[in-house]
Amino acid sequence: MAKRIDISGLTAYYGSHKAIEDISMTVEPRSVTAFIGPSGCGKSTFLRTLNRMHEVTPGGRVEGKVMLDDENLYASGVDPVSVRRTVGMVFQRPNPFPTMSIFENVAAGLKLNGSYKKSELSDVVEKSLKGANLWNEVKDRLNKPGAGLSGGQQQRLCIARAIAVAPDVLLMDEPCSALDPISTLAIEDLIGELKERFTIVIVTHNMQQAARVSDRTAFFNLAGVGQPGKLIEIDETERIFSNPSVQATEDYISGRFG
Amino acid sequence: MKTDIEPTSTSAGSPPQVSARSTGRAGDKIFLGLSRGSGIALLVIMAAIAGFLAYRASIAISKDEANFLTAFEWSTGSTPMRFGIAVLAYGTVVSSIIAMVIAVPIAVGIALFISHYAPRRLATPVAYVIDLLAAVPSIVYGLWGALFLVPHLTPLYTWMDKYLGWTGVLSYQGGAARSLFTVGILLAIMILPIVTSVSREVFRQVPKMHEEAALALGATRWEVVRMSVLPFGRSGIISASMLGLGRALGETMAVATVLSPSYLINVSLLDPGGGTFAQNIASHFKEANDNGRDALIASGLVLFVITLLVNGAARMIIARRKEYSGTAA
Amino acid sequence: MSDTTIDTTTPRASTLQQARLPRWAPLGLAVAAVAAGVGIGTAAGMGNPFQMGLIAALLFVVLSYAVTAAVEGGRQAKNQLATSLVWLCFLIAVVPLLSLIWETVNRGKTVLDGYFLSHSMDGVQTILPGGGAYHAILGTLEQVGIATLIAAPIGLLTAIYLVEYGRGRLAKVVTFFVDVMTGIPSIVAGLFILSFWIIILGFGYSGFAGAMALAILMMPIVVRSTEEMLKLVPDELREASLALGVPKWRTILKVVLPTSIGGITTGVMLAVARIAGESAPIVLLVFGSQAINPSPFEGAQSSLPYYIYEQWQLGNEASFDRAWAAALVLIAFVMILNLVARGIARWKAPKTGR
Repeated sequence: MAKRIDISGLTAYYGSHKAIEDISMTVEPRSVTAFIGPSGCGKSTFLRTLNRMHEVTPGGRVEGKVMLDDENLYASGVDPVSVRRTVGMVFQRPNPFPTMSIFENVAAGLKLNGSYKKSELSDVVEKSLKGANLWNEVKDRLNKPGAGLSGGQQQRLCIARAIAVAPDVLLMDEPCSALDPISTLAIEDLIGELKERFTIVIVTHNMQQAARVSDRTAFFNLAGVGQPGKLIEIDETERIFSNPSVQATEDYISGRFG
Repeated sequence: MKTDIEPTSTSAGSPPQVSARSTGRAGDKIFLGLSRGSGIALLVIMAAIAGFLAYRASIAISKDEANFLTAFEWSTGSTPMRFGIAVLAYGTVVSSIIAMVIAVPIAVGIALFISHYAPRRLATPVAYVIDLLAAVPSIVYGLWGALFLVPHLTPLYTWMDKYLGWTGVLSYQGGAARSLFTVGILLAIMILPIVTSVSREVFRQVPKMHEEAALALGATRWEVVRMSVLPFGRSGIISASMLGLGRALGETMAVATVLSPSYLINVSLLDPGGGTFAQNIASHFKEANDNGRDALIASGLVLFVITLLVNGAARMIIARRKEYSGTAA
Repeated sequence: MSDTTIDTTTPRASTLQQARLPRWAPLGLAVAAVAAGVGIGTAAGMGNPFQMGLIAALLFVVLSYAVTAAVEGGRQAKNQLATSLVWLCFLIAVVPLLSLIWETVNRGKTVLDGYFLSHSMDGVQTILPGGGAYHAILGTLEQVGIATLIAAPIGLLTAIYLVEYGRGRLAKVVTFFVDVMTGIPSIVAGLFILSFWIIILGFGYSGFAGAMALAILMMPIVVRSTEEMLKLVPDELREASLALGVPKWRTILKVVLPTSIGGITTGVMLAVARIAGESAPIVLLVFGSQAINPSPFEGAQSSLPYYIYEQWQLGNEASFDRAWAAALVLIAFVMILNLVARGIARWKAPKTGR
């Protein structure tokens, strides 16, 4: 069930350092929203506040509200563990569990949530691998270690693992930055398919990628070294890349600074 | 490298340069000789240890009227000598196993506590203190064991006897608790720091991305540990345990102070009796004549071989792990 | 959780709000468990605080598991169980270790004074109070000093060989046997010197014999730690020096060693602390003495670890007091060495470029 995310007045810290400040935006369901901006502008930090992974970092803390439909992720009494089950995440470097097989990797999240019959489990694993466009490549070696796959396959395995628990939202933190162009293309196609079912947020350094895969794009920037990152603007991707309303966005996109 | 600067030195044509170079070469030779010699000296020492122990041991065993491996006695004062290591081997193995069974789970727990559970303000000093405790001399553990631990274990043993005495293994007849089980507990306390710090190092090396993978799937802290930390650290825990085992097997003075030895195997672990290789050597050395010393050396050789095997196994596991993580990275 | 399919159309009973225990719950449970433990213990007539503590700890583990399972569910309960057990491990380990330090300090300080540190046991009736450990302290310092003089250069040079020169088979063999040597039980090192120096070469018991055994134990520790430190020196530094035409041995002496000297010192000091507490080889080789013997090369000596063992063996209150006092001196010596060594490591660390 894809859900809408409504962020208001969100500020995140590392210890006493303010990493991002006062961000408000809405992420539409069943669409792809891309975060772009120069290195260190806090877009990854911001992404990690959306499934409460930010607070895993020592000293990490967050102020503000993140509404998932009508529930605030940061309300008291909300369990970060169930937040992360509802909001899945794919990381920059593919990180399949090295000691688990392909099958076990995909089933890992499900197994956490109670006991499944074997047939049920293999159903979900098959569906998830198909959903990640990986099934045909691995169906004959589901019991082989996941670490034996190529980088692009590993990343799709991680996507399969993330969608197997049926999250509402899928966060992707530069999912293609460690991959070659062909694998990147495969992932981008996959993102296009997945947005039919999930709300997708993707952080990317690659502006062409943002233009290719996303429906809406948010541009982040920081005022200066040591300053917190801020949301400059968010709009339809087409508009951001053709006719942004803020000068800084245009400068960044046209490569005048970075 | 030297050929690079040759033109400059020849064009300058200064003889001191050339002579400096030649002393450099001689210096290099001397230095290399010294350092290689030290390495070889280490090898010679190792060979000498094995050689001399084996030589004296062979003399002793040739004079042994009893079966060296299976006899339950140790009378070396008179000729013919009768001695065997059966009781010592039993005691060494049993006390070390008890130590491992107690120490390894607790050490892994503390390592996890430091690496993943404790608040950081607590974790750093705890890790530091554990490292310092590894430095407490074994004789001090022995003194504490004999004068503090032994009297304090009596009520526990009485209690165990009441409920578990029917097993025979855990029956207790009263009296000072100077048994193999006490030795096991003391050894457990002694190897706790080393097993903890090696395991902790391994847990700290678990790549953050594996932990985040589990977290992002909605894993609780324990599930993160079970899914990414423990599988990654398994071989590290094994090798840490083996290092601890090596120490437990060879521990001398702490056992010698705590155990009340005999050359009988007592079915009950809680009652006094038995002995270990190292303890036997320390306890009987002063009264031993020349033959007796050789007999003790023979038992020391067996201990040497056992610890070599255990440590060798630990090193192999560590080496394998290095390869594994090398290819996975 | 029965809907396992991915594109489930029925909305999951998804609520992020889960029933959670209040934040004070663990503390409350702990207090309750301790109270119950003391109560049960007193009722059963157990005066031993350890047993009460054990009961309280078990109660806490079971209670917190049950309460969490009832309120938050099975997964959270398992998580809670693991957390309690990990904390319990920590507490279980801390108790004996604190007790060890406490006992040593408490009982050691009764006879530890200037007299104890400056007199030997010569002519002292062992069942009476009095006497001291001066001869033992002197013996320890001499034996450890000689052991360091033997082991530190050999260990250092071996490490230099392994890191700076070692590429071939010999280096591999040496590395392997250094590992093997690390695991030699101290009593075996003692037996070796016994068989070689005393039985075969016919020398008598002496501090020097003990020092040789200690040196054997010390060498691998020095090699290992020095190796680690030398490996930390960046190759660029060596290359920069070699490229200037400085011969390799001078590069090592003038560039590599000064860069890593802090870490090497730390390693040697930690090794000294390790062997200072060794008693097994001393029992075999130094033989023990009641009087001051300033010469490590002639006649039996004592040492602090040996002194503790000997006083313990005498088995009376006065000798136990002396044993504790000597244990306190030994621990203090070892701990100071450790702290200073780690201090040096921290102080020198930035300069090695770590």
